[in-house]
Amino acid sequence: MYKYDSYDQQMVDARVEEFRDQARRRLEGKLTEDQFKPLRLMNGLYLQLHAYMLRVAIPYGTLNSAQMTALGDIADKYDRGYGHFTTRQNLQYNWIKLEDAADILADLAKVEMHAIQTSGNCIRNISSDHFAGAAHDELVDPRPYAELLRQWSSFHPEFTYLPRKFKIAVIAAEKDRAAMRLHDIGIQIVEKDGKIGAAFYVGGGMGRTPMIAPMIRDFVPLDQLITYAEACLRVYNRYGRRDNKYKARIKILVHELGKDEYTRQVEEEYAHMQQQGVEPPREELERIKPFFADPAFEVGAKSVDRSDPDFALWVDRNTHRHKHDSYVSAVISLKPVGGIPGDATGEQIRIMARLAQQYSFDELRIMHTQNVVLPHVKIEDLHALWTALDAADLGAPNMDSIEDMIACPGLDYCALANARSIPLAQRISEKFDASGKTEKLGELKLKISGCINACGHHHAGHIGILGVDRKGVENYQLSLGGSEAEDTSLAKITGPGFTEDGVIEAVEKVTDVYLDVREDGERFLDTYRRIGMAPFKEALYD
Amino acid sequence: MTDLGTSPDEVQFRFRDDEPADHGTVTADACCDQTNATAVRIEPGDDARTLLPFLDRLALIEVNFPSFGDGRGYSSARILREAGYTGELRAVGDLGIDQLSHMRRCGFDAFAPDKPLDAEDAERAFSTWDNVYQRTTDGRRTIPELRHE
Amino acid sequence: MKVLTGNDLKTGDVIWWTGSGWSRRVDDAADAGDRADEILATEEAARRVNVPYVIEASREEDGSVRPAHIKDRVRALGPTVRPDLTLKPQDPEAIDWVI
Repeated sequence: MYKYDSYDQQMVDARVEEFRDQARRRLEGKLTEDQFKPLRLMNGLYLQLHAYMLRVAIPYGTLNSAQMTALGDIADKYDRGYGHFTTRQNLQYNWIKLEDAADILADLAKVEMHAIQTSGNCIRNISSDHFAGAAHDELVDPRPYAELLRQWSSFHPEFTYLPRKFKIAVIAAEKDRAAMRLHDIGIQIVEKDGKIGAAFYVGGGMGRTPMIAPMIRDFVPLDQLITYAEACLRVYNRYGRRDNKYKARIKILVHELGKDEYTRQVEEEYAHMQQQGVEPPREELERIKPFFADPAFEVGAKSVDRSDPDFALWVDRNTHRHKHDSYVSAVISLKPVGGIPGDATGEQIRIMARLAQQYSFDELRIMHTQNVVLPHVKIEDLHALWTALDAADLGAPNMDSIEDMIACPGLDYCALANARSIPLAQRISEKFDASGKTEKLGELKLKISGCINACGHHHAGHIGILGVDRKGVENYQLSLGGSEAEDTSLAKITGPGFTEDGVIEAVEKVTDVYLDVREDGERFLDTYRRIGMAPFKEALYD
Repeated sequence: MTDLGTSPDEVQFRFRDDEPADHGTVTADACCDQTNATAVRIEPGDDARTLLPFLDRLALIEVNFPSFGDGRGYSSARILREAGYTGELRAVGDLGIDQLSHMRRCGFDAFAPDKPLDAEDAERAFSTWDNVYQRTTDGRRTIPELRHE
Repeated sequence: MKVLTGNDLKTGDVIWWTGSGWSRRVDDAADAGDRADEILATEEAARRVNVPYVIEASREEDGSVRPAHIKDRVRALGPTVRPDLTLKPQDPEAIDWVI
C-alpha cells in the first residue's frame, strides 16, 4: 500500500490547518455561508438534514487496518457510533459538528487520511477496482496510476472551481468493477503492441442525464498520463457550461460538442501541454509502484471443507478468484437482512480492521457496492474468518444478489433526497430472504436512489428504483436493464411510478417474470436483454 | 473611451517591482482591433488565446472574476503565462482569501479584490503550501521533482 | 402557520424559531407570520442560525407543530430508519407521524 512521505504528510497537515482557519473565519463571521460552502465542501463537509456530514476519502478504495481502526474510533468519538460506506468507495459520518471538523481531519491526518475534495466542483477522490492487485484477471495493478492521479488532482490550482464535480475511475481489467464508463473520465490501463498505456473514456455519468462515456483515445503513453488528463480538464474548465448547474457536467459538453470535436480540442490542448512539462518525472511512477507490490504469498490449501453448508454458501457467494491460487478476496457484506446498506458500527469497523491484520496482510478495500473486501485471504483461513465475521453480524452470504442492493442515504439523511431509499432496501431484503427467492435469482443488481442525482446508481441497476416527490408524497419509479459493468447500459423506466408498497410488489413481479422465462444460465439482465421490456410491463400494469 | 479596469490604488496585493500600468483598459475584442492598447481586461467567457498575437505590447492584463466560483480565469492566466506573457496579470473581482494561493500559482501577480481582504489572513493564504504537486509556470519545483533530485 | 427553521452554525443541529430564540423541538416553533424574512435576515447575520428558511406548518389540536412537507418532518424527528437516534426514541408512533 502507498505510504506518505514527508511531502504528502505536509500537504495533508497544511490542509487541516487551512480548514481550521476557514472554520474559524466562518464562526467569526468573516466568511458568509455562501463563501464558506464551497470551501467546506472541498473538505467533504456537507450540511445535511440533521447535522453536518463529513465524507472521508478512501483513495481508490484501499486502506490499511490502522486507517480502518481510526475510522471506527472517529465514529465513536465524534459521531453516533457508526459510519456509512458510499458508492464512491468513501465513508461518511452523519452527525458531525462544525466545531469538531478540523480536529477530525487532524485525527485522520495522523493515519495518512483526509477528506480532501470529497465534494465540491473539483476533481473528486479517484476510484478504482476493489479487487485491484488481487484479481486474477487484471493486466496490472491500476492503483499506482490512481495514486499518481491522486497527487496531481490534489489542490490542483487550475481545476478547483470547475463547472461541476469531476469523477475519475481507473481500472486495468477487461471486467469493469468500478463503473468506469459512468465517470467523467474513465481510464482503462491497456496493453498495445507490448506496451502499457491508458485508454481514455470521457463524458460518462449518472445523475439526471445519464450517459455512457465514449472512448476518445485508445492509447495514451503512460509517461503522458497526467498531461493528457490535464488537457481533458482544461478544455472542460474553459468550455463546460456554467449557465445551468444541471448541464454543467463534462458529459453535456462532450454530448453538445460531439465526441469528435471534443477530442479534437483535447488533442490540440494536449499538443500544447506536452511543451509545458506538466508530466511528473518518469521516476515518480517507478517510485510509487513498489508500494503496491504483492505481499509475500504462501502456498497453501486450494479448497475448503464444505461440510458446513452455511460456510460453503458464503464461500461460493462472497469470495472472488485471486491471482494466487492459494488465496481469494473475501467480501464482507454490509447488507445484513433488514439492515441499512453500507452502515457499520465503530466496533464493526474495528473488527474488520483486526481481521484484515490477521488474515489479509493488513489491507482492506471498499467496494462501490458499499461492502468491504479483504483482498488477500488464504483459502485455509477462510473458515476462521467467516466464523469471526458471522459473530459480528458481518457474514451475510449475499454478494451480487438482490439483497446486496445499493441504496443511497435518501430522505432519512440527505438534504437533496425526495424519497427514502433505506426502508425500501430493508423491506426488499427481508421479503426476498424470507421467501427464499434470493438464491433462485442469482446475480441481480438492485440499485436504489432517493433522488435524480443517482448516488444509488439506479440507472445502472439490473433493476433500478428512483424515489421522487409526488405532491409531497414519496413515489418510486422502476427501471430495468442497466449495468455498470463492462457491458455498460442504462436502465429504462417501466412506466408510471408506484407507492412504497407498490414498488416492492413490482420488484416481486418483474423477478417472477424472469424466473418464468429465463433460459439456462441467464441472469435477470440477460433475460431482459433477450425479451425486452414488454413482458415486464405487461406483468406490472395490465 | 471609458476605462473598464481597476486603478493601481485598487490593487491590494502586488508581487512585482515595476510601476503599475496606470491607463485605460480595453476589452479583449477592442484589444484585437486596436493596435495601441497596452492594457486589457478579459472576462470569463473570453478566449485568452485571442490575445496571444499582442502579448508584446501588453503591460497589464486584468482577468475578471465576477463570481469566485467561476474558475475559467485560472485557465486564462495559465494560458497567458504559458505563452510567455511577462507583464502584470491582475485578478480582479470577487476574490476571497481562499482563492489567493491557487491564483498565484496560475500566474497572477496582482490582486484587486472588490472588497479589501484581511491582510493577515491573506498573508497566511499566500504561504499555505510549502510545496506543490503540480507543475505550473510559477517556477516552483514540484514535489515529484524534489523527490527525484 | 409560517415556521422558521435552519441549522445551528456550530453543531449543525436542526433548530426552530420560537419567537424569541431557537429550539431543537419543532413543537416550540412559533408562527412568524409576515415577519419571516426580517427575522431570518437578522438571525442569520448574527450567526444564531445557518441556512435558515421558511416553511408551511400547522398547529395540531394537542398543540404540537406539524411541518407540511415530509422533508421537514424528517428533520424535526430524525432518521426514520434509526428510531434510536431520533428525538423521540421511546415513541414507536413517532415514525408514523413523519410519513
